[in-house]
Amino acid sequence: MNTIFYITAAVAIISSLLAITNKNPIHALLYLILSLLSISVIFYTLGAPFIAALEVIVYAGAIMVLFIFVVMMLNVGLQEEQENKWLTPQMFLIPSILAAALLVLFVIALKDFHFEKHPAIVVGPKEVGISLFTTYLIAVELSAILLLAGIVGAYHLGKQKKKVIHRFLVKQPRIKK
Amino acid sequence: MTVPMETQILFAGVLFLIGLVGLLVRRNIIFMLMSIELMLNSAAMVFVMGGAHWGHADGQVMFIFILTVSAAEVSVGLALILQMYHHYRTLDADSMRKLKDHKANENL
Repeated sequence: MNTIFYITAAVAIISSLLAITNKNPIHALLYLILSLLSISVIFYTLGAPFIAALEVIVYAGAIMVLFIFVVMMLNVGLQEEQENKWLTPQMFLIPSILAAALLVLFVIALKDFHFEKHPAIVVGPKEVGISLFTTYLIAVELSAILLLAGIVGAYHLGKQKKKVIHRFLVKQPRIKK
Repeated sequence: MTVPMETQILFAGVLFLIGLVGLLVRRNIIFMLMSIELMLNSAAMVFVMGGAHWGHADGQVMFIFILTVSAAEVSVGLALILQMYHHYRTLDADSMRKLKDHKANENL
């Protein structure tokens, strides 16, 4: 279990780094899918098999496919000129230093906690479902409303708006600003 | 035999910081949304780790809620990206600076 955790953690970190630094959106998305799959393996080793399945199905299967569809619809390749000009290794320098400073603070803060060492307790889907539909029933309904709002918002924003032109203006040449 | 809790939380923190660096560095808006996804995912991972450590189902329940929020966020965000691409023909987040001061716009 231990070695599986460390190997998958290394895979997740390396593939996330590659996803962030890649210039091609499709390659970056595929690296991100690899990262999500390895995180799913970590969930499995942590004793959360239901969450591991959800991670694969929803994150890697639905959300990332949505991203890939949008990238394919937009048909964007390596054409972001300004970013190509900017994306040099020294651009990563200052944010990385700041993030490393945050990480050092995080490690220092984490040193004060003393967690008792015991193997991860397996919490199966049954307990999660019982908790979800008794204690957190209101939150489930609220998230259903949130998803409904997401659907309506995505439909409204993604719709191609028809341009309304008055019928007297159709034949006239359009004035270019 | 078991992985210490500190190492697990450190791993989640490293993933979060990778997402943060990506959000700060990249200007392509698809990559910015991907970095936000990475950060949300690593934050949700800490909930699952805590739930596994103390044997509660609440951590996994919180993960499901964060999953819902991120799915809704991604669908609306990608629709906004489509609209942005139709208006500006670019995915550069810096191209949308119409709200900025007019004088500042001229200098750029």
